[in-house]
Amino acid sequence: MAVESAGASVAERVRAVVEAHRDERGALLPILHGIQAEFGYIDPEVVPILAAELNLSRADVHGVVTFYSDFRSEPAGAATVRLCRAEACQSVGAEKLVADAEQVFGVKLGQTTPDGSVTLQQVFCLGNCALGPAAQINGRMYGRLDRTRLVEILAKGAEA
Amino acid sequence: MITVFVPRDSAAVSVGADEVAAAIQREAGDAVRVVRNGSRGMLWLEPLVEVVTERGRIGYGPVSPAAVPGLIEAGMLAGADHELCHGVVDELPWMAEQQRLCFARVGVIDPLSTDDYEAHGGLRGLRTALERDPAAVVAEVTESGLRGRGGAGFPAGIKWKTVLDAQGPLKFVCCNADEGDSGTFADRMLMEGDPFCLIEGMTIAAHAVGASEGYIYIRSEYPDAVSTMRRAIDIAYAHGWLGENILGSDTSFDLFVRVGAGAYICGEETSMLESLEGKRGMVRSKPPIPAITGLFGKPTVVNNVLTLASVPAILADGGSAYAELGVDRSRGTQVFQLAGNIARGGVFETAFGITLGELVDGYGGGTRSGRPVRAVQVGGPLGSYVPAGQFGLPMDYEAFAEAEAMLGHGGIVVFDDTVDMAAMARFAMEFCAEESCGKCTPCRVGAVRGVEVIDKITGGDDRDGNLALLNDLCELMTDGSLCAMGGLTPNPVRSALNHFPDDFSSGAATQKEAT
Ligand SMILES: Cc1cc2nc3c(=O)[nH]c(=O)nc-3n(C[C@H](O)[C@H](O)[C@H](O)COP(=O)(O)O)c2cc1C
Ligand code: SF4
Ligand code: FES
Repeated sequence: MAVESAGASVAERVRAVVEAHRDERGALLPILHGIQAEFGYIDPEVVPILAAELNLSRADVHGVVTFYSDFRSEPAGAATVRLCRAEACQSVGAEKLVADAEQVFGVKLGQTTPDGSVTLQQVFCLGNCALGPAAQINGRMYGRLDRTRLVEILAKGAEA
Repeated sequence: MITVFVPRDSAAVSVGADEVAAAIQREAGDAVRVVRNGSRGMLWLEPLVEVVTERGRIGYGPVSPAAVPGLIEAGMLAGADHELCHGVVDELPWMAEQQRLCFARVGVIDPLSTDDYEAHGGLRGLRTALERDPAAVVAEVTESGLRGRGGAGFPAGIKWKTVLDAQGPLKFVCCNADEGDSGTFADRMLMEGDPFCLIEGMTIAAHAVGASEGYIYIRSEYPDAVSTMRRAIDIAYAHGWLGENILGSDTSFDLFVRVGAGAYICGEETSMLESLEGKRGMVRSKPPIPAITGLFGKPTVVNNVLTLASVPAILADGGSAYAELGVDRSRGTQVFQLAGNIARGGVFETAFGITLGELVDGYGGGTRSGRPVRAVQVGGPLGSYVPAGQFGLPMDYEAFAEAEAMLGHGGIVVFDDTVDMAAMARFAMEFCAEESCGKCTPCRVGAVRGVEVIDKITGGDDRDGNLALLNDLCELMTDGSLCAMGGLTPNPVRSALNHFPDDFSSGAATQKEAT
């Protein structure tokens, strides 16, 4: 989160994101991505602010937020691990990797560890289908994963 | 100064290319210039390091960061032999035997260098197009026989003509870069490896149909493609390749990147348009077609990345030259993608007509696990499973349709003999249930029921009755769904059932584990 906006109210920060996309056609998606980048998630309390700013109904904004799986209503863990479960990764053991990850972190897909260190998610294809099983960890792609490599990557990430 | 290429492609990065590039720079210091190129598409060799020598670009791979000091010691920077050395990359059969038109520059150039781009034939197509009338450009694309690479295979020239003929002051060109199909990554590799090619193709389309504004809708799962495309667009504006009076012509075109938000259905073109308008990605009924009533109700070209990226070469060298490649009604080249359990996975661009077996067993080298190939899924999650017995099939839209399969976006996912096809059929239904936009009942409810019914079948619960039910359900989804999401999900289900009925008997999976 931007340091200079730390003192700003939620409403002001939301308005700043909206302002940055004012000139774009059909700007709701870019705005929602912007909100999630600013706050880490889309708090239901920003929906009425957005609706007022954009002259939309709350139901419309809510409907869009909930349609897309990227938008989350609560903060994610320090690391987000998105494991690919699509066909090409399944052909090289993605389901086993999912089971391993659930065991290692002690949470199911879609959940965050109690200490807030890791959020585990499923994703259907990352475009790395020749080097599966694939995952995206904090926005970076990884290939040819197994339990050991996954644990190593997260341990390294924690040090850095 | 020695030039060394280390790919920046996210697949290469996924197995350590960034660390390899850093290690080379650290070890060799000022003696080398490290260029971060796209990937050559031989993904099993990634990270593939190439050293420029007078013999050509010598390839080493897969290189790990730890191997770098040893490689340099052994003379890699002079192109010396080594167990990881593959010789001159352009002379490898995998490279030499392709016909790269769309992917001609991917992996060869620095993706964001305008000099490299022009030196390797970039802008020839656009310059040719800008000298001609829009109708003549459309005619050239029609003559090429180019069909949409996003899945449906609709002739690009016909679509463009509809948009050209539609009246109105505002028209759009939208590039579908949602690439949600498992087993496909060519759109991503093109955007990361040769982004100016897509910009050039879209600008040609804009000139051809009279559009002034364009959008590239990229899925959020592709952050590297998003940032590369955005940087390329900024550079293109700075060079007069976008904006007002492109290359000194009367044509003006503004181009923007938009990012999806994790919805497979937004690859369906009308859902994508809704999403671009800032709405839920609900599929629209057709007609009206997007070419007439598209983005914000305006005439709109919607094409896949590879369709648009094929256009510069067509304009540069002529539609008839392109049409000479291929078979029957599948003209030109397709960027095939070998994925899944495959020894040598990657992209292989060649004329339509090559057989499935030549790709999978030949270039692909069979499975990665070393076990026999049992089935491949071609054309993404809505495509059929094809048994190894049908590897004689030519890669051609109509031949595949006749075999009750589909080429789709050209992705081929390989499975070995440990695959449980009932589980794959179940997954197809699960995926449809998860990703359905929810607009029509056969898809929304049918897919959920499909999962339940398959569970009953494999659980041994009234097998015959439930098989009949599954069949009815598939028929209902095929006939009653508004779009191909619900309409084609029965493809993988039925093909799995037809070709591998034994996997659907109760206890099949457990028996399999025992072997
Ligand atoms: C469920 C579904 C998903 C689709 N996903 C994509 C996609 O990711 N990329 C794409 O180019 N086309 C996709 N399509 C096809 C598009 O609807 C459309 O046909 C295509 O973008 C047109 O471009 P083309 O003619 O150049 O192929 C999808 C279709 C359906 C029904
Ligand atoms: S078939 Fe499925 S995805 Fe397509 S419109 Fe109907 S509910 Fe939506
Ligand atoms: S299927 Fe996993 S990356 Fe494509």
